[in-house]
Parts: sequence; structure tokens; C-alpha cells
Amino acid sequence: MASLIHEGTETGQGRENEQVSELPMRSEPLPLETQSVSDGLIGNQSDASAAPSSSAPVVERVYRHRLPIRISHWLNVPFLIILIMSGLQIFNAHPALYWGDRSDRDQPLLSIRPMKTESGEMRGITTILGHKFDTTGILGYSDGRGRAFPAWATIPSAKVLAMGRQWHLFFAWLLVINGLFFTAYALISRHVTRDLAPTGKDLRGIGKAVKDHIVLRHPKGEEAKRYNVLQKLAYVVILFVVAPLIVLTGLTMSPTIDTAFPWLLTIFGGRQAARTIHFIACFSFVGFIVIHVLQVILTGFFNNIRSMVTGWFLVKHEHEGASHEA
Amino acid sequence: MKPKRAMERRQFLKGTLGAASLVALAGCDNMSQSSWFPSILSKTEKLTERVQRAVTPTNALAKEYGEADISKVFPANGNTDPGTEEYAEHVAKNYSEWSVDVVGLVQTPMSWSLAALKELPARTQITRHDCVEGWSAIGKWTGVPLGDLLHQVQPLPNAKFAVFHCADVDEDGIPYYESMALADCYHPQTILAYELNGTPLDIPHGAPLRLRFERQLGYKQAKYVMMIELVETLSGIAGGKGGYWEDDQGYEWYAGI
Repeated sequence: MASLIHEGTETGQGRENEQVSELPMRSEPLPLETQSVSDGLIGNQSDASAAPSSSAPVVERVYRHRLPIRISHWLNVPFLIILIMSGLQIFNAHPALYWGDRSDRDQPLLSIRPMKTESGEMRGITTILGHKFDTTGILGYSDGRGRAFPAWATIPSAKVLAMGRQWHLFFAWLLVINGLFFTAYALISRHVTRDLAPTGKDLRGIGKAVKDHIVLRHPKGEEAKRYNVLQKLAYVVILFVVAPLIVLTGLTMSPTIDTAFPWLLTIFGGRQAARTIHFIACFSFVGFIVIHVLQVILTGFFNNIRSMVTGWFLVKHEHEGASHEA
Repeated sequence: MKPKRAMERRQFLKGTLGAASLVALAGCDNMSQSSWFPSILSKTEKLTERVQRAVTPTNALAKEYGEADISKVFPANGNTDPGTEEYAEHVAKNYSEWSVDVVGLVQTPMSWSLAALKELPARTQITRHDCVEGWSAIGKWTGVPLGDLLHQVQPLPNAKFAVFHCADVDEDGIPYYESMALADCYHPQTILAYELNGTPLDIPHGAPLRLRFERQLGYKQAKYVMMIELVETLSGIAGGKGGYWEDDQGYEWYAGI
């Protein structure tokens, strides 16, 4: 495995510029030496070793992610983690959500508060639309303290709103700058139209894609060279719906921005509604990250990581023309 | 051989990830407590201020609401009673001797009694108060536009900030103060308010006189205002960061977001 990966790394970086300008999805079929392939590279290792030499699998190297996309992707990792955790710190200062412009404290959509039981014991109670849940240990009361999100989920870990805001507003700028850079590059390089936008054919195959995902059957061969329809939809929604939404609802919480762009209050249904949408968008990011990381692990962890680090992704063609049969 | 290697790798990855996240968390806490890191973080405060000022028309008004939108309960935060003997005397005399002095870099320093202020043309506005903690409340404020007072005292050309000195002190006896850019003092909705929802201010909400500065967060809305001092720089005053919360807790001086 080592030799194969190193080869990919070196050629990948050496040829980058020329590749980007003319042939972004250049591929190089390589004969596969069974011994040199280790587990984790491609899902179905045992089949490959057992295959007779006449139909020996072929490994194709695909230049999948260009340098600006890779940089932008990895910058998002610390940016998002810090923004989510410092955001939870800010939320902890007033751990309730509302709709409209006011926060009428008797009518929250959600609240996470410590409460004392009749026996004097402290419990963490999460109330969603009037339904109460005991979430002691995680939400509302943890480590002997009343706090909405626990210390391990917030930056800083102690309750320091001012410092949480400083982290949040600093990294919010970095995320926005990175996002603008990504969007400009992805549009100019046609990454959006070529790789991300689902085609009509993609959308017609959505039923099958859902079924395949449920049974964890992942695309192989030619199919693995492009994003599948659910993957495309997930990326498009997170990049072009949730990300702008989280920025705009964040800005709607600014009293100054509200005087400059009063329509923000109108479209989001008020400042407190914007705060609620901001929170929902945050947890959409959390959900996306969890599924994204799971899929990265399930579909060949090292191959996926390598492709986002060096750009080169390996696709194994087992039996030409019959690669979809599992 | 292979399964064992895979297991080792998995163990190694798990250990590394766990350790890395712990180190990262502890690192964030250490950085928060250092002096160099927050000073980098706070660089964006200036950027935010510049960009927000650039996109916001000078006299753009904060949204004004209807009577029906007023919050049934308007929470009072921060100090809810100055608690000093001096203030208690003012309360006992129903603030009849309360006055606000406008001093510092002005042509003519002046002083207004509460009664005199109430005779000046007033402005009433139903606006939203956004606390730094995240909550919002809507109230109807009545008071004197600060710009009207400034036109009378005539600020000197080198005056850049207005500092609001207040009657309240914290438990260590440190007096509360706030400041804002002089330009913001002339915003039509910047008023020295003496009424909330049609009745004179009560003590928790800043009786008898407080600032309303509708384009920034709640902690800028100084309560119990006694003196307004025009200055060129904030560096000589108290902790030098322009306000009690800024000095004490590290909140941003520019509280537009």
C-alpha cells in the first residue's frame, strides 16, 4: 500500500497545475498488484485477492479534489468546530429559543434549564414545545453545575460569555472569507456545475440511491468516480442553503445590521426567530458532519482521506462491465 | 496479520483522536486565558465596526414597533439598584435634585435638572432591546434626543467620544460607566430616556435617566446617568476600554453585534 500511495502523492503534486487547467478529472489506470493493496484502501478486499488472474482488478487513479478545494475543506474543520462550540457557549448565556422579535420567557420553543426536584435534587430539564425531558448529565445540569451545554462542548469550557463571543465572531469572519473564496473558486472552476449540481438522471435515480444508502451499498467502479445523488444534494444543501442561512441569521441578530437591512427581520420572522433558525442551522451542520465522517469511514477511510489531502482517489474496477454486482 | 494490523490502527486512531480533542480543548482554554490570544481575537472587533459602519446609513433607524408588540415583562439586567446612600437620597426626594452635566471637550459646559429635561422636545420610540445574552424585549421609551443637548453645549472639534458616568457602583465600589462614538450621539433614536411604557423609569430600569442607543446591544444602554463627558480618547478613563463591562469582562466596546 505504501508504495502506491506515495507514488500518487508525488505525481499528484508535481502535476497539479497542468492538470487543473486542462484535465481536472485525469485518470491513470494501473494494474493492481494484489499484495501491495492493504485493507481500508478499497472496501471489498477479499474478493479482489480471490479473483482469478484473467479478470484481475484494475486500479484507476483519479485526480478528484483540486488544491484550492482541499485547502478550503480542511480550513473548515477547525473553523466549524470552534464556531459550534463557542456558539454553544453563547447559547448557554440564555438557554432558550423563541419565535418572533421578543423573547417572552413564559413561551419558549425550547429551553434547557437546571431545576430542583421536590427532594432537593438538581436535574437538567430540556423542554421542547412544552414537552419536558430529563437530560441530566448532558443538558441542563452536568458535572455538578447548572448549565445548558456541558463544559466539554463549549469554548471556553467555563462559563465566559465575553470570551465565547470573541472566539465566535473571530472565526465567523474566517468562515465567511473561506466560504466566499470557495464559492468563487467552485463557480469559476465549474466545480459546482460539473461535480455538485445533480443532473436529471441523478434525480430520477434518487429512490435507488436511498435504498443503497440504507443497506450501506456504496458505488463502485465508474460510479465511484463521481458523487452520487444523495451526496450531491447533501453538499449543495449544506453549501448553498444552510451555510448562507447561518451567516444571514447570525447577522440578523445584530441590531446595527437590522437598521441597515430591515428586510432581514422580515424574512426570518424576527430577531428571536433568526436566533432559533441559527441554532437549527448549527445542528444541521452537526448532523451533516456526523454523516459525512461516517460515510468517509465506511467508503474507504484512507482512500477518502488521501484524496482530500493529495487530490488522488483510487477507483478499483473489479470485472470490467460488471462492477456493480456486489 | 492483517486483521491485527487493522485493529491496531483503529486503536491508534481512536486514541489519537481522543487525545487530540482533549489537547485541543485544553489548548482553547489556555489560549483564552493568555494575554496574546484574546488580543488577536479582538482584532475583528475593529473590522466588524468598520464594515458595519460602512454598510449602515448614518441615520438609518432601528425598527420601531407597535403598541401591541410591547413585552409584558421587560427584564432588568446588570445593576438593578445602585444601592448607594447618595442614590437613596435621590429616590427619597423623587429625583427632584437629579441633574445631568455635560462637560469635557465642549464650548459651554451645561447642566440640566430632570424637570428641565422633561420640558425639552421629547421623542417616543417603541424599540427592541437586544441583550448580549441573547434575549430581546420591546419597550416604549420617551426621552430627550441627545443630539439636542449636544447642539447646546457645542462639542469641540477634537471630541471623539461621549462617556456616560453613572450613579451605580459594583460590589467593589467601582463606578459604572459607558461610552459611545460622538457621531452615534446624534442618531435620531439616541435619547436620554426618562419613561418606559408611559411611566417614569423605575429603579431596575435606570431611574431617573438612562441612555437608549438602539443600534447596539443592551450593555451599552447606561442606566442612572449623571454626567456626560466628551473626550478625545478613552484610554485615560478607568480601565481604558470605554466601559465597565469592557474593562471588567472583555466585552467588545463596539457592540453592534
